[in-house]
Amino acid sequence: MVLTVMNRFAELLDRLVLTPSRNGKLTLLTDYFRSVEDPDRGLALAAITGDLTIAAVKPAMLRMLVMERMDPVLFGYSYDYVGDLAETVSLVWPQSPGDIANHEPTLADVVAKLQAASRSDGPKVLARLLDSASISARFAIIKLVTGGLRIGVSARLAKQALADLGKVDVAEIEELWHGLTPPYAELFAWLEGKTEKPKKTALALFRPVMLSNPIGDGDLEKLDPAEYAAEWKWDGIRVQAVSEGGIRRLYSRTGDDVSGAFPDLAEAMNFSATLDGELLVGDPLQATGTFSDLQQRLNRKSVTPKIQQQYPAFMRCYDVLQIGDEDLRARAFRERRGRLEAFVQTLDPSRFDLSPLVEFTDWQALEELRRKPLHPVIEGVMLKRWDSPYLTGRPKGPWFKWKRDPHTVDAVLMYAQRGHGKRSSFYSDYTFGVWSGPEGSEELVPVGKAYFGFTDEELRQIDKYVRDNTIERFGPVRSVRADRRQGLVLEVAFEGLNRSTRHKSGVAMRFPRISRLRWDKPAAEADRIETLQALLDS
Amino acid sequence: MRASDLLHPRPEGLYCPPGDFFIDPVRPVNRALITHGHSDHARSGHRSVLATQQTLDIMGLRYGEGFAGTTQAAALGETIALNGVAVTFHPAGHVLGSAQIKVVHQGSCIVASGDYKRQRDATCEPFEPVKCDVFITEATFGLPVFRHPPDTEEITRLLKSTAQFPERAHLVGAYALGKAQRVMRLLRDAGYDKPIYIHGALAKLSDYYQGQGIDLGTLEPATVESGGKDDFSGAIVVGPPQAFADRWARRFPDPISCFASGWMRIRQRAKQGGVELPLIISDHADWDELTATIRETGAEEIWVTHGREEALVRWCELEGITARPLHLVGYEDEGD
Repeated sequence: MVLTVMNRFAELLDRLVLTPSRNGKLTLLTDYFRSVEDPDRGLALAAITGDLTIAAVKPAMLRMLVMERMDPVLFGYSYDYVGDLAETVSLVWPQSPGDIANHEPTLADVVAKLQAASRSDGPKVLARLLDSASISARFAIIKLVTGGLRIGVSARLAKQALADLGKVDVAEIEELWHGLTPPYAELFAWLEGKTEKPKKTALALFRPVMLSNPIGDGDLEKLDPAEYAAEWKWDGIRVQAVSEGGIRRLYSRTGDDVSGAFPDLAEAMNFSATLDGELLVGDPLQATGTFSDLQQRLNRKSVTPKIQQQYPAFMRCYDVLQIGDEDLRARAFRERRGRLEAFVQTLDPSRFDLSPLVEFTDWQALEELRRKPLHPVIEGVMLKRWDSPYLTGRPKGPWFKWKRDPHTVDAVLMYAQRGHGKRSSFYSDYTFGVWSGPEGSEELVPVGKAYFGFTDEELRQIDKYVRDNTIERFGPVRSVRADRRQGLVLEVAFEGLNRSTRHKSGVAMRFPRISRLRWDKPAAEADRIETLQALLDS
Repeated sequence: MRASDLLHPRPEGLYCPPGDFFIDPVRPVNRALITHGHSDHARSGHRSVLATQQTLDIMGLRYGEGFAGTTQAAALGETIALNGVAVTFHPAGHVLGSAQIKVVHQGSCIVASGDYKRQRDATCEPFEPVKCDVFITEATFGLPVFRHPPDTEEITRLLKSTAQFPERAHLVGAYALGKAQRVMRLLRDAGYDKPIYIHGALAKLSDYYQGQGIDLGTLEPATVESGGKDDFSGAIVVGPPQAFADRWARRFPDPISCFASGWMRIRQRAKQGGVELPLIISDHADWDELTATIRETGAEEIWVTHGREEALVRWCELEGITARPLHLVGYEDEGD
């Protein structure tokens, strides 16, 4: 069987969405990039990274197209059963035997036809494409035109696959990325060793960032406090602000362009430099917002003026990589810090400020400061060697993060779900809850889900517990006996709490993991929801 | 005679009053005619059973000899008279030994098809369309969304995955009777000649298939004694689906869970079941096969059983064919 190129893309999407492991996804992606020709592979890459522009077709239009072709009652039964419009349409689309000729469209054909279609003839073009495609290709086409593949692959992971393909560092891909456009033929040619690395010609490109290592046991004794500067570690998102030749971009830590979500900040970037810092919300002169506030601004493609006003974005700068034409990355941190301090003074003070240094004499003194940070949005301290250049990646030694100790709560195991891959025969994903309600009629309310933090041996023990104490089964999920008299208490560690309207408990944990199994603790003595609520209000 | 006087549902199953027999009864009865060996159709404890020799053999393997008082083998195409009612078994293409049962009496002709499919399957006789007045069809996949791809494409995807992930074991969930052997045979037909590892629950039936001249190649038990974990690297292991959720599966290195079933057409079904590689291979007719078969039988009336009756009844209405759901209880989809 020869798979047409469109079908290979469709097959890739299908496999990616069902493959849970990161390595599995990488293998599928690199295999695809290796075996598919230009320009199809580059268009597939753009579709995955969200860099493919196709005029969207609304779901209502799609539904209308299919209703013109089949009995509405049968469509209704079908849609009710499947639950997903794109999938239903791809399956029920009527197919006359002559339609699928030997010329099933390539991804490039599909993209070209869709991009050339005007708003008015878009639906007709789509219908003709669906007529000429097989079921899985139809699904892929519909996903392309309705926007959002939702296959669990980030742009970052796609770039890692490219790096694996060419055996280069992912930082090299990130650095080039924003200067390239689909279908990325020159990028693939370089990764396959056929040509030189593409030249950076575009302005305001991303520079791969420098990352820190956590302070481990015994690390501090080996470090001389005099060689390190300390700063607060702000709980925002790491951004790089690049402004060059009138082009202004805000990049995430992995090189995704997030400028669109922060037009207020981008507007204030009337300089020529590359700055490294933390994106926060609030007013730097008055009050810094919490991570919960910041979340109002995250994961949005565009943002309303009202939200911008309510949660203004600003950048707390801690490093400078370039000023004008001068690349500062090879200079020592001490020198860069001096240049940064002077530079930030020239910027709009409501949008940019300087992350202050924390004065300390020895590790003991710093430890005390770390334990009692002066603001809730501080999550620890950073240590930076005064003489370190700005290096790409996570070199061991020059930068350390020393985080505040995590919060913990004692919760009761409520549901367990089977894992994937290596863990597919283990109940390894746990939903846990804490007590709520008046004394005498307490109920467990779920507060989070965790699937790591335990050893293999502990996993075996919990798995056995789950199997021995199952009350009900729903597909891969088991509900486990959990009441005042019996239940497994889990000590759960987490980094913080957000308010949540989606969860019944009203809270959502950040980075929850199982820190200890409390076989010794009676379920009735697990924590109450008020403990978490207090944390939210502090 | 009216068709509904010749066959109609009773709590025990589909009953023929003039012939005094049941077809695929779910409770022990005096005389049972059985379409195929899946456990929801073939139960033990009847006083007498009439079925194809292969179905009788399979029932013997599953329930032990003595699963019925007496047995009688029906040869395909041969008419047998039961109290003046003429019954004939015709191949259904579902699993080895599966048959449709034609019932004729006083000018009325009904075909009870049991479970059936139209895709070619090297492990059983192909379905034979039989002209009749009333055709009783299953509707397991009776929705327009169910369209099974060619099984060879699905096996190609499995083999491609074993090449992509040579260090991992591929665990293929497939029902023990029919589907498992079909998957193995498809692998052989695709040129896969390494041993296939099987769960113990498949051994007896697979041996039987081989004994019936259906070559499945070398099958090895998937036991830890046959080697360490690494011996299953790159292996294809076939077992009943429920075994893969069980502790049994822990002996395999970083397994990829695959499931051969018509249900795998729906992504959410695959996702919920934690299936990484869904293989859409079904022993039941898909929507297009159901509708084509209904037309081919030339039946004036269609009775629809187990599955999504409403969509198929609706389709018949649109086509001007009389149709009604036949409410039979107790049938699951063991075969898929």
